[in-house]
Amino acid sequence: MQRKQRLSRNTAYFIPYMLWILLFVIAPVLLLIYQSFFNIDGQFTFANYQTYFSSNTYLMMTLNSVWYAFLITLATLLISYPTAYVLNETKYPQLWLLLIIMPTWINLLLKAYAFIGIFSQSGIANQFLSFIGIGPQQLLFTNFSFIFVAAYIQIPFMVLPIYNSISELNPSYVNASRDLGATNWQTFSRVIFPLTLPGVKAGIQAVFIPSLSLFMLTRLIGGNKVITLGTAIEEHFLTTMNWGMGSTIGVVLIIAMVIIMMLTSGGKRRTRKGMTK
Amino acid sequence: MSLRNFKWRNLYLWLVFIVLYAPIIFLIVYSFSKGDTMNNFHGFTWSHYQDLFADSRLIAIFLDTLLVALLSSILATVIGTLGALGINNTTKAITKNTLLSLNNILMVSPDVIIGASFLIFFTALKIPLGFGSVLLSHIAFSIPIVVLMVLPKIQEMSSSLLDAAADLGANNWQLLSQVIVPYIMPGIFSGFFMALTYSLDDFAVTFFVTGNGFTTLSVEIYSRARQGINLEINALSGLMFLMALILVVGYYFINQYSRKHRRTATRGRRK
Repeated sequence: MQRKQRLSRNTAYFIPYMLWILLFVIAPVLLLIYQSFFNIDGQFTFANYQTYFSSNTYLMMTLNSVWYAFLITLATLLISYPTAYVLNETKYPQLWLLLIIMPTWINLLLKAYAFIGIFSQSGIANQFLSFIGIGPQQLLFTNFSFIFVAAYIQIPFMVLPIYNSISELNPSYVNASRDLGATNWQTFSRVIFPLTLPGVKAGIQAVFIPSLSLFMLTRLIGGNKVITLGTAIEEHFLTTMNWGMGSTIGVVLIIAMVIIMMLTSGGKRRTRKGMTK
Repeated sequence: MSLRNFKWRNLYLWLVFIVLYAPIIFLIVYSFSKGDTMNNFHGFTWSHYQDLFADSRLIAIFLDTLLVALLSSILATVIGTLGALGINNTTKAITKNTLLSLNNILMVSPDVIIGASFLIFFTALKIPLGFGSVLLSHIAFSIPIVVLMVLPKIQEMSSSLLDAAADLGANNWQLLSQVIVPYIMPGIFSGFFMALTYSLDDFAVTFFVTGNGFTTLSVEIYSRARQGINLEINALSGLMFLMALILVVGYYFINQYSRKHRRTATRGRRK
């Protein structure tokens, strides 16, 4: 207590951090919202929102983007949960975890680039398909390749929070459930999964939101067939220079993000503690 | 648990592991291939690496990227650590929670939102796009992760340690530099490493705020990859993989080491 009084009297060291919050957290978001009320000629208008909510193109694009983000998240979750579960039972879980996370330290663009080679017309994936008798397919620039590569990139971000909540799970609950006669499936669905739900939610949060905005993948792998909210924002800001409309889509993306955060926010504190360990 | 069951589990883990690493290994293997496609291995050559080292533009971009990463992570670590100390010192729960929520905004925001809003911000303030704007953005998005890495360490520190130091006559500066910072050093170090990888990995934010003159490796790879396969990029990925490997191994050993002998390790690293 004595220390707190001492240090809090001298708050000069806190200034840079507060400045950062003001300038780089609050100001940019406000500016983005402000910008969304201006048209391409710099006049104040509500037209961006009118266009957005009355145009089928924009609404379909939004639905599509959410749908693909959902598919990516689902695929990632289905692969990651068993991975995290098995990981927890290995001899050296920390080492395995490190190995699973390590690919995230390789530049994202390089991984996307690798798939351009793998999925190309006569690439290794098609050579394999020919070898097993299916014959070459168009793989690159399809919706499948977009989901595959996005899931590939996101898996570690899903494994980490799930692993943290599984490793925090007290094994005596599992033992108690088995002792009381539950089958493996009952133990999993009634005990293990509900108790690790915070980790799953954190994982969904970590995967779904970025999946709405992966514009580089839609360009490099998806061949512009899938337009996500992120692609649309990038297009408006850097190609057509219509910052107002881009900001409007940005505001929609922020609202989508807030909704997802609210849906997945139960027991967040516990998982966050786990993630920063 | 039966032996057979156990094997299946490990098989699954290995499969995930292989899928995660196959594309990276694939890239690196073809960096040694003759020819200019990633389809068939045409025999061993160093020529793509030679091209890479002769490409002075790419080397310059590489150095720029490294410079931005180092500068931004050092500055983010300093500001973030001070911020974490400040957050820890807040007495009201509501202030603390507000600060933590604000801190986490940039952690959960999609890259495009950060990039687009920073672009508006820099344009509004008439800050020229280039090295400066990229550096500022990288500092900005690295600060929250540093705070999240350092804060648990500060909270873990027992207050009797600080009371003892204060009772023995340490002033604020001595308390900070001789007691608090050495204790939270592992957290500071993890924060620094995370900031470094965030910066090296970033593409989307940089892509928005980079302007015309300045480029980082990610942006350069993106524009080259859009033009198709170029095995020079493979050679580059080989080098970057090596760099990531060194970073990871270093990070792992420092973590293990500091877990075992925290005191000696922190003292050694401060030198």
